[in-house]
Amino acid sequence: MDLPHHGYRATKQRARGAPPTGDSVLFEDTSSAASGASSQGFYAPGYNMGEPSNHMQGGVGVNNLFTDPMANAAVMYGSSLANQGKDMVNKEISRFMSVNKLKYFFAVDTRYVLKKLMILMFPYTHQDWEVRYHRDSPMTPRQDVNAPDLYIPTMAFITYILLAGMALGIQKRFSPEILGLCASTALVWIIIEVLVLLLSLYLLTVHSDLSTFDLIAYSGYKYVGMIFTVLCGLLFGSDGYFVALAWSSCALMFFIVRSLKMKILPSLSSDSMGMGSSAKPQLRLYITVATAVFQPIIIYWLTSHLVR
Amino acid sequence: MAFTLYSLIQAAILCINAVAVLHEERFLSKIGWGVDQSVGGFGDEPGIKVQLMNLIRSVRTVMRVPLIGVNSVCIVLLLLFG
Repeated sequence: MDLPHHGYRATKQRARGAPPTGDSVLFEDTSSAASGASSQGFYAPGYNMGEPSNHMQGGVGVNNLFTDPMANAAVMYGSSLANQGKDMVNKEISRFMSVNKLKYFFAVDTRYVLKKLMILMFPYTHQDWEVRYHRDSPMTPRQDVNAPDLYIPTMAFITYILLAGMALGIQKRFSPEILGLCASTALVWIIIEVLVLLLSLYLLTVHSDLSTFDLIAYSGYKYVGMIFTVLCGLLFGSDGYFVALAWSSCALMFFIVRSLKMKILPSLSSDSMGMGSSAKPQLRLYITVATAVFQPIIIYWLTSHLVR
Repeated sequence: MAFTLYSLIQAAILCINAVAVLHEERFLSKIGWGVDQSVGGFGDEPGIKVQLMNLIRSVRTVMRVPLIGVNSVCIVLLLLFG
């Protein structure tokens, strides 16, 4: 009667007391390890992501967890197995993409998201498009509103899929297969666009600091425009659809040209020794403008069948 | 145009196959795109043609062996599932 209660309380105390002792624990806070590992990394000095581990302390150090030592040994063995599996998965994933770099793109807050959405819909009054750096590494989206992030594109993509399902349902054309088809179509177009951009940047030897994730982020910003267009098309009919399409196309083209101009165009102005440099800025301008012009086309392509 | 991820994979496999079958001495050297004609670009800016030739050569070198496996898998899947 008294014993199970004591065991339950002691288990909870053990769960709080385990991390400081460094025992094999099931859910450790990898963000603090990551911010310690990437010391020059993407987090500003004042920002501390190791906070969640602070309130896991306070362990009393009660060691008689289970009265049955076999169960105790089994728990420790199971948690060490899970830990090994987790380490292996992390190692495999970090061979393909750097998880730290991915975390940089998701370090956003509400103020950044609101300002970025405003800029995406009305970029004409935004003055300073320069991405700020902090000791030679780009600042996180929390501190710099011009930094690309992956949170808005991901959320916008998912919202677009849900909105497409709703639009099809309103017109009584819905079936679950169409939803999956719509999602994979949009995903395939993003992949194609990112691959074409990477190929053209490689062929023209543009040594910019645009990584693959940056390109995915900039390609994903068009989903915000798509959502706005589809909403206006659903609310106001065909006229509202075309007005919203024109508005979001212009805004998005302006945004893409201003953002990519900073990264692509002047990045090689220091070592262009006049050898064929007359061709280069033109070709880079073509890339930027072609990217911008591609956005309205794909917005129209992916949304016109939703709004009839 | 409704894409699935599988059609993207098929398109990618076809494109890489197309690049891999470009023969070095029968074709690429004839049109001036061989590997021995690309050494001109010392300095900083290689130019588009040299980059393209390098890309073709590296794709052929890297993807030759994996393409055997990927093509076999694709053929079996197409035979089984149409």
